Amino acid sequence: MAVEARGLSLTFATRDGPVQALSGIDLAIAPGEFVSFIGPSGCGKTTFLRLVADLEAPTAGELRVNGMTARAARLARAYGYVFQAPGLLPWRSIESNVMLPLQIMGIPRAERRARAAEKLRLVNLEGFARKYPWQLSGGMQSRASIARALAFDPALLLMDEPFGALDEIVRDHLNEQLRALWARTQKTVLFVTHSIPEAVFLSTRIVVMSPRPGRIADIVDCDLGTERPLEIRETPAFLAIAARVREGLRAAHSYED
Amino acid sequence: MRISALPLAVVAAALLVIWVLAAIALNWQVVADAQARTGHSPDWQAMLGLTLNHARPLLPGPHQLAEELWRSTVMLPVTSRRSLVHHAWITLSAALSGFALGSLAGIVLATAIVHLRTLERSLMPWIVMSQAVPVLALAPIVIVALGSLDLGDLWPKAVISAYLCFFPVTIGMARGLASPDRLSLDLMRTWSASRVQIFFALRLPVALPFLFGGLKVAMAASIVGAIVAELPTGAQAGLGARLLAGSYFGQTLQIWSALAMAALVSATLVGLLALAERLIARRMAGAA
Amino acid sequence: MSLLLAILLLVAAGFAIHRLARLEGPVLGLAAPLAFGATLLALWEFLVVANEVPMVLLPAPSAIGARMVASAGILWIDFNQTFLKAVLAGYAIGCLGGFLLALLADRVPFLARGLLPLANLAASLPVVGIAPIMVMWFGFDWPSKAAVVVAMTFFPMLVNTLAGLAAAGRLEHDLMRSYAAGHGATLWHVRLPAALPFIFTALKVNAPLALIGAIVAEFFGSPTAGMGFRIATEASRLAMDMVWAEIALAALAGSAFYGTLALAERAATFWHPSHRP
Repeated sequence: MAVEARGLSLTFATRDGPVQALSGIDLAIAPGEFVSFIGPSGCGKTTFLRLVADLEAPTAGELRVNGMTARAARLARAYGYVFQAPGLLPWRSIESNVMLPLQIMGIPRAERRARAAEKLRLVNLEGFARKYPWQLSGGMQSRASIARALAFDPALLLMDEPFGALDEIVRDHLNEQLRALWARTQKTVLFVTHSIPEAVFLSTRIVVMSPRPGRIADIVDCDLGTERPLEIRETPAFLAIAARVREGLRAAHSYED
Repeated sequence: MRISALPLAVVAAALLVIWVLAAIALNWQVVADAQARTGHSPDWQAMLGLTLNHARPLLPGPHQLAEELWRSTVMLPVTSRRSLVHHAWITLSAALSGFALGSLAGIVLATAIVHLRTLERSLMPWIVMSQAVPVLALAPIVIVALGSLDLGDLWPKAVISAYLCFFPVTIGMARGLASPDRLSLDLMRTWSASRVQIFFALRLPVALPFLFGGLKVAMAASIVGAIVAELPTGAQAGLGARLLAGSYFGQTLQIWSALAMAALVSATLVGLLALAERLIARRMAGAA
Repeated sequence: MSLLLAILLLVAAGFAIHRLARLEGPVLGLAAPLAFGATLLALWEFLVVANEVPMVLLPAPSAIGARMVASAGILWIDFNQTFLKAVLAGYAIGCLGGFLLALLADRVPFLARGLLPLANLAASLPVVGIAPIMVMWFGFDWPSKAAVVVAMTFFPMLVNTLAGLAAAGRLEHDLMRSYAAGHGATLWHVRLPAALPFIFTALKVNAPLALIGAIVAEFFGSPTAGMGFRIATEASRLAMDMVWAEIALAALAGSAFYGTLALAERAATFWHPSHRP
């Protein structure tokens, strides 16, 4: 199992009393799956991702990443994390940004260069290696951020609403490219999103979550096949899955008052 | 900025300990030499006592400094020539006059700069460059020049203080007056507000925090200015004069007590401004 | 008659400056302030000469210029003593010291919380007043002046570096954590570069402070050289043209120092939003 959670819970102590961000999450994700997490704000989808990344510690339950504890997985650099904002360091060129994790791991310069070039090619950003982040559009910065997350070839990719701030057409483009990338590299991807069509288009499984306390409301299988052109979004099968997800979301929202 | 009491207390206590140890260390040689000359060689316990109670210490112990301060302030009538309060008042009156003058000029100039583009373009670079000029170095010039005009003791010093205040206040006020965002300005324009109305309703309130930041820097600068202004002509009264006299006559405790008094005065006044700043900020809470 | 001419020229200059103020660009943008400065100099010269202002009150720019040329040797000696020795040494030690203490306080947050209020307090104190004490400790020559400069430049550097180290955002910290990067790697790759704008602010602010500190420290006693020393002695002899010559030298040195730092800042922080068009 790539990720295995059993009774996973996280309670924050806040000024207004304890907040149960996650409560009793049971989930098993096999290698090579593309799993989307969708739900209203406060449902814990980002929290779950951060727990897998060992950016937060659980207050109860068990979590195994690649068979190890989350901390061991982080120290072994088992995953790449893509944040909500591109988060590229403005004083480094795009190439240099992609090389950053490799530099920290102590990989020699020539090899760093080669790997960075390869990843930039993967996200169609070759030719922009020497540019600086502010010289690139939002969509290109997101792609650079993904290239950076792929730099040391982790088997697991954690993505937290990476395309949230982009407009529709750019988003479609990036969704296509991400799908192609996933098909080619066969990584396990955990993807947090607010968009139903995006979730259905990209995933093999969709986890619908509800808040207060954060828990799994529904898990929808998304077996639309590996070949998914953008037109698939108008097919009945797609719309049926999307409808099911929407219902789950509506139910999750009804807890919000 | 919330000041957490425990770390502050610990660091302050640590600094106090370092102070005492340094006093012992720095005064050791001098005391040892003096003792040797009179044929004594005291043991280290006696040395501790001697280094912390020397008449002309290189570094007085905290209690020595406190004692000297007490002796020259509370124990003397305020009008006495040796009272530090008297000297502090002389320096302070010049500093405050200069502060008032310079701050007023700074506020007026900042207002003009924000409203007249020509003034901003031609004047701002010079204002910024004036900071690169070591203003305090002008002190002797001003003292001598104004001294020849026979304006008394206070005004030459006040002029120097005013010059030092003027820059931080101008820059702070100008930045504050120019800080309202486009949204608010556009809103006022849709109401056909005149420039005067925009100034009093929007720019001025928003500029207050920036102004106070500048005023705090200006206050500290004006006190330094008044002190330094007392040096060139060998003034007889004032904290700067005390510093100079102390260094001429080797009266180290006099130097230290004058310095401590200056620090106290400065910290108190800047602290008062900071308090005023916080009260105003609280009244304006929620306004950006 | 000459007064009328002067007024007319002044009005003309006013119009010219008004027009020049519209120019944009790094070179053309200097037109208005330069014109303003030139007008001021011309006005100064005119007023002093026409009204026969005594030298002790205000010498004419031409007289100052002549004095600068005539006493170039003395000016160089003073510059060497004050700027090249006291200012540069004190500036380097003070800024480095403040920076290193900030790094330590960053490592030990307890220390930072205790130091910061004290450092802010120090900013309101007349630090330059320790000059006579430094003379007591280090003698009359330039090291005592350098010590004053160290004291003056230390606190702005400490406060600004600490503020800068807090500038890197949560995302960048999470990113480094996801790379299992240690404190040192995070400091080097993310936090220090993010702190550079703040550090340069302190470096720029410290430049005039250092110069003032060294010159004023010399007012309290100096061997027979130094800009502050010269200013004080020549002022007491009423040789105001020499005093103004030294001031002009100090102004030039200060501006050059500040300008060099501004250029270095531009090179090191080209990526910061405040420098981008």
